[in-house]
Amino acid sequence: MNFQRIPISALIGLILTGVFVFMAIFAPWITPYGAAEIVGDVWEPASARFWIGTDNLGRDLLSRMIQGARITIFIAAAATMMSFTMGALLGFSAAVIGGWTDQTMSRGVDLLMSIPTLIFALVVLSVLPSTLLTLILVMAVLDSTRVYRLSRAVAVDINVMDYVEAARLRGERIQWIIFREILPNALTPLVAEFGLRFIFMVLFLSSLSFLGLGVQPPDADWGGIVKENKDGIIFGIPAALIPAAAISALAISVNLVADWILNRTSDLKGGRG
Amino acid sequence: MSDPLVDIKNLKIEATVIPPDGKPFDLTIVHDVSLTLAPGQVMGLIGESGAGKSTVGLSAMCYGRGGLRLSGQVFVNGRDILKSKDADLRKLRGKEVTYVSQSAAASFNPAIKLMDQVVEATVLHGISSRSDAEQRAIGLFRSLGLPDPENIGNRFPHQVSGGQLQRVMTAMALCPKPDLIVFDEPTTALDVTTQIDVLAAIKNAIHETGVAALYITHDLAVVAQVSDEILVLRHGKMIEHGSVKQIIEAPKEDYTKALVSVHIIKHEEKVPSEHPVLKVDNITASYGGSVEVLSDVSVEIHPGQTLAVVGESGSGKSTLARVITGLLPPSKGNITFNDAELPKSLPERSIDELRELQMIYQMADVAMNPRQTVGTIIGRPLTLYFNIRGEKKRKRIVELLDQIEMGETYIDRYPAELSGGQKQRVCIARCLAAKPKLIICDEVTSALDPLVADGILKLLLDLQKVEDVAYLFITHDLATVKAIADSIAVMYQGRVARYGPKSQVLAPPFDDYTDLLLSSVPELKLGWLESVIAHRKMESAGN
Repeated sequence: MNFQRIPISALIGLILTGVFVFMAIFAPWITPYGAAEIVGDVWEPASARFWIGTDNLGRDLLSRMIQGARITIFIAAAATMMSFTMGALLGFSAAVIGGWTDQTMSRGVDLLMSIPTLIFALVVLSVLPSTLLTLILVMAVLDSTRVYRLSRAVAVDINVMDYVEAARLRGERIQWIIFREILPNALTPLVAEFGLRFIFMVLFLSSLSFLGLGVQPPDADWGGIVKENKDGIIFGIPAALIPAAAISALAISVNLVADWILNRTSDLKGGRG
Repeated sequence: MSDPLVDIKNLKIEATVIPPDGKPFDLTIVHDVSLTLAPGQVMGLIGESGAGKSTVGLSAMCYGRGGLRLSGQVFVNGRDILKSKDADLRKLRGKEVTYVSQSAAASFNPAIKLMDQVVEATVLHGISSRSDAEQRAIGLFRSLGLPDPENIGNRFPHQVSGGQLQRVMTAMALCPKPDLIVFDEPTTALDVTTQIDVLAAIKNAIHETGVAALYITHDLAVVAQVSDEILVLRHGKMIEHGSVKQIIEAPKEDYTKALVSVHIIKHEEKVPSEHPVLKVDNITASYGGSVEVLSDVSVEIHPGQTLAVVGESGSGKSTLARVITGLLPPSKGNITFNDAELPKSLPERSIDELRELQMIYQMADVAMNPRQTVGTIIGRPLTLYFNIRGEKKRKRIVELLDQIEMGETYIDRYPAELSGGQKQRVCIARCLAAKPKLIICDEVTSALDPLVADGILKLLLDLQKVEDVAYLFITHDLATVKAIADSIAVMYQGRVARYGPKSQVLAPPFDDYTDLLLSSVPELKLGWLESVIAHRKMESAGN
């Protein structure tokens, strides 16, 4: 790959995403204080000791932000991966098998999609015990409906190609058709979609945490940090805006990268490589 | 001789190629082409795909597709249009030079009535008033032989047939009284029986209006009927230029000689054996609805022999293939394969039955997974049917590659890195790997250039001798049928109109449809078109 041909917007996106991922991976080693440790006064302004100030309980905001990056990115990534595995597999199967299987599955997905996602998640999460696993599972299942739609649409197009018909006439099993004939040819749109869905996951998780049903204290993701510090805004304290800015920065930078991948793969001049 | 209408001098057309990895480089598509065209003259541009014939044709309108750069000089009516401004070009296009494209069905706006589209350019250029233009269009419809010329303009594009649409498009091009029309493969997408009507209509219209034309095609027999001169192109270079008579009767260059003499394959008809490998009995089939696509079809194929199924589009020949492969279970009738009854639908068939019945597709591009290498594609049947793996599998793949005259170097290539003919060869190798008893060939040569198609047919015949495999050969091209068939089934509207050994089917007396089909195959001789039109007994189904 030629680095000079990466457009400037994608480069910015790549660098910012890289910084966030670095923070997430090395969080325990780069935080100046413990994330749950009370080390100063409530809502202290930025200083040499606390680079971006302290939060509503006097904890170091920078340490909480870095720890929050780890939690946010881990949950969002895990949920996106799970939703893609589930959604793509079911979507491909629906397209390949067709008939009643397809109808049942597609109408089931329609049913799930007809209920607003956030409300559905709130109801389910308030009933189930609030652990990390249930959170990830609920997010993944709700999001996989979108992935299902996309992969089914892509696979239906590929399914009518002559080479898939040739595989069927050859007597291939359904696993071969899905994994060897369809998946490699459906991968590019799915990879681009992966980036976009990841951002939606970050936003979704932040909304849930802000509403108190996401990550539970003392751990906090960025949405949770916004919630903790939101009262400070009335007193002119910007602590709540920092995690909010981090959320948008991550969303925008991943989006820039996803856009670039989408452009490359749908490029007529052979960007597929 | 009067001043030339079109004078193309040293035309060079280039494009910049940006490979996925590596530096962009310049590619010359057309090298140094020069031609002149007098008013009222028809020039045929001929060559295989990629020869640059369409690109040269479009340069007469100063149009280059997708980032092409034109250099040299193109004079139309004395002006060098390559140096013209966009505003001047707009005046030229659709007024002095018009264009008829290959696929009329894709070129008309489906939401606008035909008449509005036919007179649009004429009215837009202010050549005549709308009512005058409509009168002229109706006159053109009549001279092009369209039914109900007064009212056909009120129809939408989907309400007329493909052949009629192509003629409406010709009327559209003639309406502004241009000096030059560029015909880009106007009959290639049509059935032979429809092609002949459109060809006659175009020839007649050119003759009556005295317009000059550039006629682009890959079919020498077609171009010989309509043009005065022929220019042969290959790889963007001019190979030979001469009058039609000279090109046909005394070609100078080797390439032209090869073009003129294609279809010289000789094939001795074999005697049918006692036991047919495949027996189709009274098959009736439909796609869900009540309309029968196939009714009461019975044919037999003998081991190591070829049955050709011919007919125009919509005659049910591809449906017959789908029924035999099990993709479309028939509503009535039986199929016997290897003396045993074949289950009707695909999932009920055993792996051995699937193995012995293979299929080759028309479009080799989409018949191979673009993400698999040639080795994977050919090797898969070996593993699936015979459980051959590892070094043994590779050896067998190389053997197969040698059999299709390609060799080991291709084993790790992807389909996108192969030419059209090579792709079709790989598809053949994939079938052979299964050691089948019968291969269904669905229009396998119709997407290929004539010389490449000839090579594929020769390969298929050679393989038949070695492997003793039977072919069910579906085609609309009678020249192919004559070259390779042992027996022939002529299909017409879902029924077998004529069936028997080749010598019998191709010998008179003919039924009306077979006569029409046989007489519609373009022949490479002057005056063929007129003589055929003069003694036709029935209209083609496309009208």
